[in-house]
Amino acid sequence: MKVSVYRYNPETDKKPYMQDFDIEIPEGKDLMVLDVLNLIKEQDSTLVYRRSCREGVCGSDGLSIGGTNGLACVTPLSEAAKGNKLVVRPLPGLPVIRDLVVDMSLFYKQYEKIKPYLINETPAPAIERLQTPEDREKLDGLYECILCACCSTACPSFWWNPDKFVGPSGLLQAYRFLADSRDTATEERLADLDDPFSVFRCRGIMNCVNVCPKGLNPTRAIGHIRQMLFKSAT
Amino acid sequence: MVTNITNLSRSGLYDWMLQRLTAIILGAYSVFLLGYLVANPDLQFTQWAELFDQTWVKIFSLLTLISILAHAWVGMWTITTDYLNDRTFGSKSVLVRFPVQVVCFIALFSYVVWGVQILWGL
Repeated sequence: MKVSVYRYNPETDKKPYMQDFDIEIPEGKDLMVLDVLNLIKEQDSTLVYRRSCREGVCGSDGLSIGGTNGLACVTPLSEAAKGNKLVVRPLPGLPVIRDLVVDMSLFYKQYEKIKPYLINETPAPAIERLQTPEDREKLDGLYECILCACCSTACPSFWWNPDKFVGPSGLLQAYRFLADSRDTATEERLADLDDPFSVFRCRGIMNCVNVCPKGLNPTRAIGHIRQMLFKSAT
Repeated sequence: MVTNITNLSRSGLYDWMLQRLTAIILGAYSVFLLGYLVANPDLQFTQWAELFDQTWVKIFSLLTLISILAHAWVGMWTITTDYLNDRTFGSKSVLVRFPVQVVCFIALFSYVVWGVQILWGL
């Protein structure tokens, strides 16, 4: 199978280029894209990419696979290859450090901005802050995010304003803490989001929903944030 | 919070709500005008002038003009800050963005003044 991989080493290359590899795929097996990258690495050890858990939990190997963002470790070759050819590029919209590795600083900066931790000024109880099963249920579909950045780097609004628009991943996490019954900083959190960029650059095109490897729905979470902002302001 | 000075209200929520409200007004006015034209295929100038002589049509038309001003300003401001930013033009992008925003504002404001002139036959 022909595999076309984005290559760029800022120390030796003037500009990025696509390199083609011919890879023998074992018969009768549906490899994951990460397995194919590992086979390439055996041919050419200079290829650089991030990976860790190889089972869709750590979120390290988010890549643009055949033009669609996804985790290399859980994207089967049968889905990703088009016409017996596989094209692998780094996540779009972020600066490339080398080959398939991107600089995630802006992505993490946006995550940091939404204060991704519980804020509760009331005195801590003796054991723990309890939640009803119903309140806990509200966090389902929110807490599962693994911060792989597939969604935010598939979002044109994040491409244009990655320094100002929080992006789908950060906003999903923002809502995760807004929806948490144990968090008491709801008003402050909402006030931090009520500018024309942080939330309202979302135009609802749902690229994020389309690519999320965990099947989460950031667009719905953003809608909930809008509703909360609207309710608290009218 | 991200700060800015050139958008309509400084609040994303307010801009967002205003754009949706004005969209409803613009939609209603379009249906009204189109419906009137379809219902009156042999429309003459006198009948058209009589329609716009009525106070409620003047109010509706002026409301629509102001809605265009607000709606298009939020929209054009968004477009200019999306595409005419540092990512396209580098750190001096404001030298491109701000003049375009001024031109947009003058055009939109002119529509309102021009519309008032037409409606009141000034």
